[in-house]
Amino acid sequence: MTSRRNLIQQAAGLTGASMLPFAAQAQNAGPIKVGYVYVSPIGDAGWTFQHDLGRREMEKSLGAKVQTRFIESVPEGADAERVIRELAQSGHSVIFGTSFGYMNFMERVAKQFPKVAFVHATGYKRGPNLGTYNARFYEGRYLTGLVAGRMTQSNILGYVAAFPIPEVLQGINAFTMAARSINPKVEVRVVWVNSWYDPGKERDAANTLMAQGADVVTHHTDSTAVVQAAQERGRYAIGYHSDMSKYGAKAHLTAATHHWGAYYIRTINEAIAGSWKPGSLWGGFKEGMVKLAPLNPAVPGDVRERIAKIEADLTAGKFHPFSGSILDQDGKERLGAGKTMDDNTLNSMDYYVQGVASRLPKK
Amino acid sequence: MAGIDLASALIAAAIFAGTPLLIVALGELITERSGVLNLGAEGMMAMGAIAGFAAAYHSGSAVLAVLAGALAGIACALIFGLLAISLLANQVACGLALSIFGVGLAAFVGKPYEALSLTAVPAWPLPVLSDIPLVGPALFQHPPIVYVSWLLLAAVIIFLHHTRAGLVLRAIGESPAVAHQSGYPVIAVRYLATIFGGAMAGVGGAFLSVFYTPLWAEGMVAGRGWIALALVVFATWRPARVLLGAYLFGGMLIAQLFVQGSGLEWDIPSQWLSALPYLTTIVVLVLISRRPELIRLNSPVSLGRVWRPDN
Repeated sequence: MTSRRNLIQQAAGLTGASMLPFAAQAQNAGPIKVGYVYVSPIGDAGWTFQHDLGRREMEKSLGAKVQTRFIESVPEGADAERVIRELAQSGHSVIFGTSFGYMNFMERVAKQFPKVAFVHATGYKRGPNLGTYNARFYEGRYLTGLVAGRMTQSNILGYVAAFPIPEVLQGINAFTMAARSINPKVEVRVVWVNSWYDPGKERDAANTLMAQGADVVTHHTDSTAVVQAAQERGRYAIGYHSDMSKYGAKAHLTAATHHWGAYYIRTINEAIAGSWKPGSLWGGFKEGMVKLAPLNPAVPGDVRERIAKIEADLTAGKFHPFSGSILDQDGKERLGAGKTMDDNTLNSMDYYVQGVASRLPKK
Repeated sequence: MAGIDLASALIAAAIFAGTPLLIVALGELITERSGVLNLGAEGMMAMGAIAGFAAAYHSGSAVLAVLAGALAGIACALIFGLLAISLLANQVACGLALSIFGVGLAAFVGKPYEALSLTAVPAWPLPVLSDIPLVGPALFQHPPIVYVSWLLLAAVIIFLHHTRAGLVLRAIGESPAVAHQSGYPVIAVRYLATIFGGAMAGVGGAFLSVFYTPLWAEGMVAGRGWIALALVVFATWRPARVLLGAYLFGGMLIAQLFVQGSGLEWDIPSQWLSALPYLTTIVVLVLISRRPELIRLNSPVSLGRVWRPDN
């Protein structure tokens, strides 16, 4: 094992012979080459679609200075390492990996290509040439929770979720707290589909929740199936990642949307200037990474005002959705009154707040 | 009253979720009974799904969509037949290749359709029957394709066990050499059985994209073709048990979603929940089919073996 690792390091040393800063090679070779690795097909809405939107924005903004390449549907396994290494070998100076599961592969390839900048979405491992970026998805969730709490008649909200990890739990909890801040009788029911992407199962989950009385449903999965299911039943839905209103104009109340273009533009500009450093950005409304899609005309004025106010506060950094006191489902205090949850605590969230009617499956 | 409504809604959802598995598995059952093992169901479903979606999108007709799905499935099955029946290639390898090829090709041709959505096909409540409490809304308020799947089941049972043609099919699956000596057209029958299997896989795919989701997206078949293949084996090639398995799978899928949403005390890891439909279906089918002599009796002896007339 050791000898093999040495071999790889030697090989990496040969390919990365000079120790120029990141930018130098780009300037010598004309346009800077930027590679993107996507976990799913780009499609027309969802996680990967938003990243690709960001890529196209960046391409448009930088014009001839940049040349991008993307590879979609790369599974989070050994294939990912091969794809990432191939991008690095073919002269890409910046490589974005947009799925959590690429983390270990990016770390490994980053060590072999010290001159290449690796930027990983949603991960937590960093290195001399490996940075991370993520969005505060829960901020958008909070605003959509206000809409849901105001629009429900049955006081039951349905939530179709992928996997019980902190990122998803932050969303569920922010959504629940916001809905209950407007309507304390609301309860949120969660169904886990254990898949990021399975339109059939997502739809079944949404239909099950609606059969149980939910009249507003939302989802933390990648397809548009939940919005479509709500449209067919004449219920309301809240989209995720992208504005999904064209999949159900009547049902779609709003969506928590994610925007990566500005970040990509800034990162590539830094790389060209030679000033890029591996960072760990976790941006929200303030950075323009999280936004709210246009509200459905059915949403009344009172809640619109409230949303505008909180959105302004989020943008100004004056409001944090996870502000004390926060009680979990069993009544245990998780955050004291007047306190704001720090990022480390947020990223180890493993409970439901009060108001979630479902029980959390064990991991 | 609310409880009854909920129960019938859940049963209806279970049947709806099980229907594509039923259709695909019945097709595969006929194919396998002739001695041909076509593992390409996943790919044929994907092709049927995109063909059906495209047809429904351009024509607005669900009937045309189902036909287009069937044709796409038949086209895939013919490729498989050419390789595995005429050219005597290894059936397992050809089937796996067809799976991968079909999923990939469907993704490629389906690119322009990713953005689009269809309006759902409305249910056709059957007169009188749909008014029965509990049973009516659960069984008789579906889109017509669900009723067609029941007719299909009846047709497969009658064909296999009560017609001469069905006997010939089974004989060929048992021993193609003997059937050939007796003057039956082994190759032709195997082609027909494979084509039927392909058509049903295509219809099952079209069901997913036109009736079930209804949208087209890459990877939307999500392993259902493999589940259908497994159902045939665990149902020991008996059509009625395929129905049981398909609905059991659909039922467990819906039940676990329902229990999660209901807020009941729940102390099981979520991965177990997701595995539950698979486990239950396999366990139940294995239990009811556990007598080895019956399995031997029902499984086609020549399954997966290449055969040509001169050996």
